[in-house]
Formats: sequence, structure tokens, C-alpha cells
Amino acid sequence: MFVYADHAATTKMRPEALKAYTEAANAVYGNPSSLYSFGQQAKELLTACREKIASLLGADAREIVFTSGGSESDNQAILSAAYAGAKKGKKRLISTAIEHHAVLHTLKKLENEGFEVVLLPVTQEGLVRAEDVEQAVDERCALVSVMLANNEIGTIQPVEEIGQICRAKGVPFHTDAVQAVGHIPVDVKKIGCDYLSLSAHKFGGPKGVGALYVKKGAPLRSLIEGGAQERGKRAGTEDVPAIAAMAAALEVSIAGMGTANALLKRLQDKLIDGLSHIPHCALNGDRTKRLPSNTSFCFEGIEGESLLLLLDDKGVCASSGSACTSGSLDPSHVLLAIGRVHDVAHGSLRLTLGEENTEEDVEYLLKVVPEVVDYLRNMSPVWRDLKEGKRQFIL
Amino acid sequence: MSLYSEKVMDHFRNPRNVGVIEDADGVGEVGNAKCGDIMKMYIKVRDGILVDVKFETFGCGSAIASSSMATEMIKGKPISEALTLTNRAVTEALGGLPAHKLHCSVLAEEAVQAAVLDYYKKNNIPYDEADFKCALCAHEHDSHGDDEQ
Repeated sequence: MFVYADHAATTKMRPEALKAYTEAANAVYGNPSSLYSFGQQAKELLTACREKIASLLGADAREIVFTSGGSESDNQAILSAAYAGAKKGKKRLISTAIEHHAVLHTLKKLENEGFEVVLLPVTQEGLVRAEDVEQAVDERCALVSVMLANNEIGTIQPVEEIGQICRAKGVPFHTDAVQAVGHIPVDVKKIGCDYLSLSAHKFGGPKGVGALYVKKGAPLRSLIEGGAQERGKRAGTEDVPAIAAMAAALEVSIAGMGTANALLKRLQDKLIDGLSHIPHCALNGDRTKRLPSNTSFCFEGIEGESLLLLLDDKGVCASSGSACTSGSLDPSHVLLAIGRVHDVAHGSLRLTLGEENTEEDVEYLLKVVPEVVDYLRNMSPVWRDLKEGKRQFIL
Repeated sequence: MSLYSEKVMDHFRNPRNVGVIEDADGVGEVGNAKCGDIMKMYIKVRDGILVDVKFETFGCGSAIASSSMATEMIKGKPISEALTLTNRAVTEALGGLPAHKLHCSVLAEEAVQAAVLDYYKKNNIPYDEADFKCALCAHEHDSHGDDEQ
């Protein structure tokens, strides 16, 4: 049995995306910057893809910049807004404790350059409170950056409310929508954002390509110099086949979203209900305000990396927020931000399903996860202490 | 292709000497749950020989494999020999560990020393502190190394 349950990490390319990729790579391989007609054909395809992606997000084609993916989009949006703000004496940046490192590390860099960074806390359910944003935002702010859906615990943030607050106060708003685009409805006008990041490989497109929505008039600075591509804001020959594949993947994802989410919701309910029977565990993140693909749990008394290795032996691909899987001393900042203490956060498991997963996959997960948790608990001195009352259960 | 060597995976999948010795002569526990690794080592001693060794570990794959390997390397050996077990020897016996996992083998060395120290203390056996450098400083060390932030 093989169960791929790590769709938040990356997804398989959709057949439509692969087809678009190979067609473009074979037939339209000219450089879109070349003047001859063969190059211009590539440029036409590029323009068509830009228009398609823009319309699927409720944007104008001129507002879409192609990038190498989510991390680059996040970097470019934040740096652009921050440096533009600084020119007007605005050096305050508001974000949250549960953002992706592409956002957090960029903010850290800016903090080292003298910006003031405010990271808002989240509720125990993993939700940002719009009123916290409202209180933190003032005329000194260069940017508010709040993700649309969290990559670890799947919680969906109140970005429309936050967008309204930012508009009312005249502060630019960026949302990292990498986990949301192609999975739940995303409309830049409804959100009212100035910047929105997306990445193709999260919705069945290729890796290494993404886009940044930049609202007309919002400042944008180039991170990569050396050419006039993307209207001078992102040098480098455009990866036309990848962009064509991204456009195809997004179109198919959005068209099939209703059906996919009905299935994913059913699988999620079954998975959450089933895993909840494991003693001393807890679901991470709000039960309802979450992506239908995401199931994240903490199991007390075990460590996540060994859990993943044993699941891998059983053919299950999953992920964890334990320190050992992150390569650092601390477990996931997201789990810590929702109030999980270190001991518990080390025992986390994230299962993210996709539309190719089946009821049988979930039944298999519900068979193997409890077995593996039980096996590891039986060799854990922490679990023994908990059982014998020498240590207090947290979950 | 796997993150760990075949030997590590073998000891992780089929850990030797896992469990508890109810009437252990010495018990050592090192590491802490906050960092994500705890190793507990139980020893049974007869005439200066470690006639039985068992362990319990809360931790990652390499922590479990390191404990398993360490028990296998000291079981049936005189205490004096067990005290010379180094993390390097455990790592080598495992066919190597990724750099950021070396602290797991350090933990195994410490756990062995901590169990022997416990045995010496319980039985009022005089000992040379130099033999227990690792166990005595176990709570101060930060052997997680220079992992990325």
C-alpha cells in the first residue's frame, strides 16, 4: 500500500499541466523576448497564460508577475512594500506568529535593517483575530502580511476582514495564499489585498514556478536584475512551459474544486474522527475553519520523526513539526504559537490529502497510525512516566 | 535511498533490548522532552558484568537506533569496558549518522554512564569522576551542534 498524504508539501502534476508543459516545451520553445515570430509565439502564449491566471483570481493581467514560486513571491512583496514604506518614514511591519518562513525570515532581515516587526499571536485554534490587526495597524505601518491558509495546521484566516481594515487605514496588505489558491475560492478583489503569493506545485502544477499578484499602483521592486522581463520587475527568461502548465493546473483545480472539496471534507471528517480515538491526542487548529485537505494532530509521549519513519515503512508519506524533522532544536513555530508545549509539539503528525486519495487510503491510515503511535509509546520513557502518574498528561 | 544507513534503519526498525528491567541494579535517564530526546537505560550487574541491559527511548529514529546499538555493545561486558564506550564508537557501529544527529549517539554514551553511576551510588561503590564526565555534565551540554536556525 502506498498513501501519499503530504499534498501540502507538494502535489503530483495534473495530466492537463503535463500536457500543457510538453506542448509548450516542444512547439513554442522560442524566447518570448526574441523579435522573430517564433519567439513572439512564445510571448503570445505567455500573455494568454497571464490573462487566464489573472481572470481566475479576479485580477487584471497587468497585475500578475511570474516568479519562481511562493518563497520568491513572499520575499518580493514584503521587500517591495517595506522599502517603499521606509521612503515615506513608515517602518512598521505587521504579521503573525504562524507565517511561513519565507515571510518570517524576510521580516527578520528587515528587522535587522531597522524596521519594527510586530508578530501578532493567534488563538489556540490557530486563528488570527482581525481586531488584533486593527489595534496594531497605524499610520506608521508599511505593510500587513497575513497568510490565507496555514501550511501546517490548515487554518483559514479572516483575510477579507483584515483586508477591509487595511484599506480603511490605507496600509498595504499582503497575503501568502500558497496553500489556498486552487483549493478554496480566492478572489483578490474580495480579499482586498495589494499583494498575493501563489505557487504552482501546490495545485498540480510544476515546481519552481509561481506568481505574485500586485495590485495596480502598488510598489514593486526587482529582486533579480538583468533584463526587462515582467516589465522590468523580474529579470530572467520566462519559463513558458512551466507557466503554461501552471495556468492549466489552476484552471482545472478551480473547475473541480467543488467536487474535490466534497470528497476531501468527507475523508477529513473520517480521519479526524478516527484519529481522535487515540488516547491523549489533540487536533491542531480549528475544526471547521481549515482546509478540507489538512488533518494535523499531536500525540503525547512520542516524537514525530520516528513516527514518520515507521509510517514510511508502511508506505505512508506524511510530515511532522518535530524539531528532528525541521533540523533545529525547536519544534514547529506554528504548534508553539497555538500553545502546544515543546514536549507535545514534538509528537505532531500532518496528513494532507488530495483528490486522488480514497476512502481505502483513510481506512489504511486509521489502521497504521494508531499502531505506530502505540508501538512508539510502548518504548517511550515519557509515556511510561505519564501512565504511572510521574508526569502529568497535557493532552 | 533513505536518510539513514541500513544499519541505523535496522536498529530503528528492530531495536535490540528494548524494554524495562523491573529490578534493575542501575537506571540512567538523560536528555529532556523539551528537546525531543529522552533515553533511559536499565542495567543488571553480576560480578562486575552487565548481564542484562534494556532501554526506553523517546526520540527520533537515530536516538532509538543509537540506544539499541549501545545496549548491544555493552551487554555481557564488564562495567569497566562499558564505561569506555564512546559516542564515536556507537556512530561507527551504526555506519555513521547525519551530522545533525550526532547528538543522539552522545545521548547513548551518557545514558550508559548514567546507569552505571546510579549503580555505583546505590551500592556505595567508590568511583572516579573522570570516568563519568559525560553523565555528570549531561544536563549542561548542548550537543545538538550547530544546526541551522
